Amino acid sequence: MRSLKLALAIFLIGTVLPAQAVEPDEVLSDASLESRARDLSTELRCLVCQNQSIDDSDAPLAKDLRVLIRERLVAGDSDGQVIDFVVARYGEFVLLRPRFAPHTWALWLGPPLVFLLGAGLIFTSYRRRRKEAAAVTPVPLSDDERRKLKEMTGG
Amino acid sequence: MIAETGHFALILALAMALIQSVVPLVGAQRGDAALMKTAEPAAQCQFVLVAIAFFALMHGYVTSDFSIVNVWQNSHSLKPLIYKISGVWGNHEGSMVLWILILTLFGACVATFGRNLPPGLRARVLSVQAMIAVAFLAFSVITSNPFARIHPAPADGQGLNPILQDPGLAFHPPFLYIGYVGFSMAFSFAVAALIEGRVDPAWARWVRPWTLAAWMFLTVGIAMGSWWAYYELGWGGWWFWDPVENASFMPWLLGTALLHSAIVVEKRDALKVWTILLAILTFSLSLIGTFLVRSGVLTSVHAFASDPARGVFILVILCIFIGGSLALFAWRAPIFRSGGLFAPISREGALVVNNLLLAVGCAAVLFGTLYPLITSAFGITISVGAPFFNSTFVPLMIPLLLLVPLGPFMSWKRADLAAVMQRLLFAGVLAMIAIVVSYWMKYGGPVLAPLGIGLGFWLIAGAISELVVRSKLFREPLRVGLRRLFGLPRSAWGSAIAHAGLGVVVLGVVAVSAWRVEHISVMKPGEQIEIAGFDLHYVGTTPRRGPNYEDQVGAFRLEQGGVEIVKLESAKRVYTVRNMPTTEAAIYPLWTGDLYISLGDAVGATGRTVRVYYNPLAPLIWLGAVVMFLGGGISLTDRRYRVGAPKRARKAAAQTAGAT
Repeated sequence: MRSLKLALAIFLIGTVLPAQAVEPDEVLSDASLESRARDLSTELRCLVCQNQSIDDSDAPLAKDLRVLIRERLVAGDSDGQVIDFVVARYGEFVLLRPRFAPHTWALWLGPPLVFLLGAGLIFTSYRRRRKEAAAVTPVPLSDDERRKLKEMTGG
Repeated sequence: MIAETGHFALILALAMALIQSVVPLVGAQRGDAALMKTAEPAAQCQFVLVAIAFFALMHGYVTSDFSIVNVWQNSHSLKPLIYKISGVWGNHEGSMVLWILILTLFGACVATFGRNLPPGLRARVLSVQAMIAVAFLAFSVITSNPFARIHPAPADGQGLNPILQDPGLAFHPPFLYIGYVGFSMAFSFAVAALIEGRVDPAWARWVRPWTLAAWMFLTVGIAMGSWWAYYELGWGGWWFWDPVENASFMPWLLGTALLHSAIVVEKRDALKVWTILLAILTFSLSLIGTFLVRSGVLTSVHAFASDPARGVFILVILCIFIGGSLALFAWRAPIFRSGGLFAPISREGALVVNNLLLAVGCAAVLFGTLYPLITSAFGITISVGAPFFNSTFVPLMIPLLLLVPLGPFMSWKRADLAAVMQRLLFAGVLAMIAIVVSYWMKYGGPVLAPLGIGLGFWLIAGAISELVVRSKLFREPLRVGLRRLFGLPRSAWGSAIAHAGLGVVVLGVVAVSAWRVEHISVMKPGEQIEIAGFDLHYVGTTPRRGPNYEDQVGAFRLEQGGVEIVKLESAKRVYTVRNMPTTEAAIYPLWTGDLYISLGDAVGATGRTVRVYYNPLAPLIWLGAVVMFLGGGISLTDRRYRVGAPKRARKAAAQTAGAT
């Protein structure tokens, strides 16, 4: 599921922003570990910056975090373990994608609820209007109108 | 003296707006033509007064009159003239004056060109427009006076924020504001319609061009901001889901929905209530955007105002306008009877789906932008960043983009889906070919990227198919077909071009996101790297002085197969007045994408960190936005929108009748 989401993200919008920040000496020699480190970096916030991920920031703290996640990855942690480790240290504020928990229910469920609400409204108003239209029985033509119609169509 | 004249003009404009917000409205309610007529000269006069204030402030900037606090704080005598001018709106007070100038310009346009509007509607629209002006003129005069003096006058100014000294950013705010404020017209028309209790196709025909114009400028304004971020922020990203970006993106999303739903009102007399609500919400989001940026509740690069008194004032304006208009809506909306019935699969149905997806997408952006602000009020600090938006907003846009080419082929009331698909056969085949070819060319890359490229081609080819099918280009002799093709209504051309522009944007976004190449290394003079089939030589870094900054210029030579293509320079710049560093990336446009070089810090004695990116198809992102702008412009010249066209036609008809 995670990889699907990531793929979707990569698919349209540039999550995989390149780093101004990543310094040549940080880069791991193992390419697959490095690419995991880069993906993780885009998920974590630079705590001293304004709305930047540690992947984008050249603040010293961001560099420390980048080095830290690379150390954890080299030590054999999974992506989830690295994230847990960073959250345990710096709090949930560090996550750019907040966890689904009671205090973020409204955030995560809000847009789907708006969708359901909108779709429901569309459906009911469609039903109501079709019913209204069905309720109006067409009045049959009077004899006079029938004759006129016949004249007009030349029949 | 000139500054005082400007200040006085601003206060007079406030008085004028007060009169204009009351008198014509009373006149319209009582059916008093004389009272209603006051709206037009008042609107024009208000515009002239605000223009006087605006140019008085500009005069202060151009002549470097540092006895004006605002000029002293934001300008410097050494600044190039163009940035002295753009400095007028590069700060809080001045940007509010620009905001009001555009607001009154729109009002004056309705007063001047709206002669064929029903008098009651015109009076009410101008009156509502003046109410907005009252709020913001009062805000400017009471809390953000741009003409305050300082004594004794300082010898020189403090300089404009260096980030704003850039052609892209200098003209980004005016475009954005024309977009934001342009939606005030839709809002005024919607509120006027609620007061009148009447919405008809003529109303929609009036609202559409204003909305379209605002939408066009907002599109370009957003694209300019994104382009600026791309070349200036120094890491080649072009969209960051920053709250300030979102603040401009939300009105764009709803404005796009409004543009489409107004078509249904005009053509089918349906969706009236929804369209009015959409007009109110779109402008409300513009107001929220103004509030977010101007109040300083977001501390990001853009927010240069951080005075709580102002924040509260704007919040009050926000509550009055949004709350008031929504209350009016709740009270009056039930009286509107909806017209045309339609089946789920029809043009109307397609436009409803378009509206639903755009509105939900906008809601996702709104939740993500405001949620951290709201929770922080309760002591919970969370961050919502790009990963959130990518996993909520993006999945909503994919079905929308897939459906775009279908819409124009659907007939009103009831459409035959099989026939629509048949007409899109060519576009579908082309998209398939694009998927296969891009998969083959970039074998081993991200799996979904070729599908994205296919989506881009689907949009472009779908738009072309629409023009071809509508003109029956290949069904008849070519000459007849071509004549018919160019005889299609401008609005058909406009929408097809705008939809194709969307496809162009998608191509750029997908290619940059999926296939960018990056190379980060420490380079010493004389070293070279290989990227995207080119050799890049680093020549060395030398210092250089500009008018108000100092550069460290890194020189590069780009070669292919030993042949020099171009010399490139990338600089680290420090603005001396504020001692602030920025990056001036070197961007070289190749046929297939941008080569992007960003010079980093010195490493050791001669080394430099150098970041080189190859961004395939990157220029398409902004080119697509320009295409969308052009599409909107072509649509705007459609005969049906031409202001006063019906009247002129009638006059011409009367003349020919008289002549015979």
